[in-house]
Amino acid sequence: MSESRGLLKSHIVKKYWMAFTGLFLILFLTGHLAGNLQLFMTGYAGQLQFNEYAVFMTTNPAVKLLSYVTYLSIIFHAIDGILISIANKKARPVGYAYSKPEKNSIWSSRNMGVLGTIILVYIVVHMQNFWYVYKFGSTPYMQNEDGTAPLLQDGSAVADGIVENGRVLVNGTDMGPVMKDLHSIVVDGFSEPILVSFYVLAMIALGFHLVHGFSSAFQSLGLNHPKYNPLISKVGYAYAIVIPALFAIIPIYMYFM
Amino acid sequence: MATEKGINITLKVWRQKNGQAKGALETYELKDVSPDNSFLEMMDILNDQIIMKDGSPVAFDHDCREGICGSCSMYINGEPHGPGRLVTTCQLHMREFKDGETIYVEPFRAKAFPIIKDLIVDRSALDRIQHAGGYISVNTSGNTQDANAIPIEKENADKAFDAATCIGCGACVAACKNASASLFMSAKISQYALLPQGQVEAKNRVLAMVKQAEEEGFGPCSNTGACEVECPKGISLENIARMNREYLSASLLTK
Repeated sequence: MSESRGLLKSHIVKKYWMAFTGLFLILFLTGHLAGNLQLFMTGYAGQLQFNEYAVFMTTNPAVKLLSYVTYLSIIFHAIDGILISIANKKARPVGYAYSKPEKNSIWSSRNMGVLGTIILVYIVVHMQNFWYVYKFGSTPYMQNEDGTAPLLQDGSAVADGIVENGRVLVNGTDMGPVMKDLHSIVVDGFSEPILVSFYVLAMIALGFHLVHGFSSAFQSLGLNHPKYNPLISKVGYAYAIVIPALFAIIPIYMYFM
Repeated sequence: MATEKGINITLKVWRQKNGQAKGALETYELKDVSPDNSFLEMMDILNDQIIMKDGSPVAFDHDCREGICGSCSMYINGEPHGPGRLVTTCQLHMREFKDGETIYVEPFRAKAFPIIKDLIVDRSALDRIQHAGGYISVNTSGNTQDANAIPIEKENADKAFDAATCIGCGACVAACKNASASLFMSAKISQYALLPQGQVEAKNRVLAMVKQAEEEGFGPCSNTGACEVECPKGISLENIARMNREYLSASLLTK
């Protein structure tokens, strides 16, 4: 028997990976949301808080490692999902003339591929909006509250400092990299109604994806027990509503502020 | 003995000469059908009417007509075995339908279930999954051990029995958007996995049956739960989770 080969190619193993990466990405969402909630802080303090957080997220080695695991999980989840969708379609080449799937299953469970595609498109747009601009775009930089001196990444203001190519210089001496102002990019981005609408729609898709995905991941990994099923199902529903809703409120809040 | 007034129905039945021919839905009108008729009795009446007009009767699978053989296999009004719950097509009665209703009757659709004629599909793929590992090797040459001599936890005995009530009708495959045979397979795996007699071959069983199902062309499981809802025997999704656990440990622990 070809068990070792089977470990790589069977449908069930594909579902294990789907569940495993999915649960990791669910955890990632919580961390991401915790960071985003800082956008509710107002004024200069909020701006500084968020930009210091951005420095931490882009320089801390542990965060860096986690971010690579997250990228890999997203890519693997998407590729695995495409392979599963292809296998799904192949198993029924001729469909029914008249079918009532809503009689026996929820809509989101039958449309995970479509929902996942929307989320993937969203992730690409989202990375372009903020990650790419922050890393490679011409980002404004942070100054102290009076607007008289640029800030270094550790938050210290450099009097008489000038900013060139992302570095703070005093009389030609390099004092270190400047703190970029991601906060103002976010504020600018969410002044566009189209972008705000797109973000909200993507979060609705995420919610529907999670309604099925959360509990389905446990089932795929064989974690089904009458004692815990109601808990998994309730937590799954709550998670699918609360997390995307909190994500979606932020762009709406920033648009109206 | 008709207890209620007969109903008039319009039937849209899938007609297909053979596996290669192109099929289509044909429309038939049926008058004064007793609500006490089973769905298959109604199909018999339809066939009488077709034969009287020198037509070719609709081919459909049926055998015991009491819900235990798993032969009848129609996809009625968008669901396998029709709108009833925990019933096969032979246990479905015309009282479930309204006067003047249009009823769609199609064969079970799956790559692994090729159409033979009209509503009859070849479900021997399920048999081959069973042959791949759905058995235990017991000495039956006259010195068979008494099964009751082995103590078995009541809960497990009940669950094994529940899994063993699967009649292999294929409704799970027909209902699944991926034509997955996971519910069938998991029931057949569970009925042994839950009992001490099944432990000896447990690892090879799950690997062999899963492999066979994929070779037959059944799809992956999306956990939509459609199979559990449509299963005439109420086989639980718990069995699919058990199969996933069995497969994981078997994959990790065998050479």
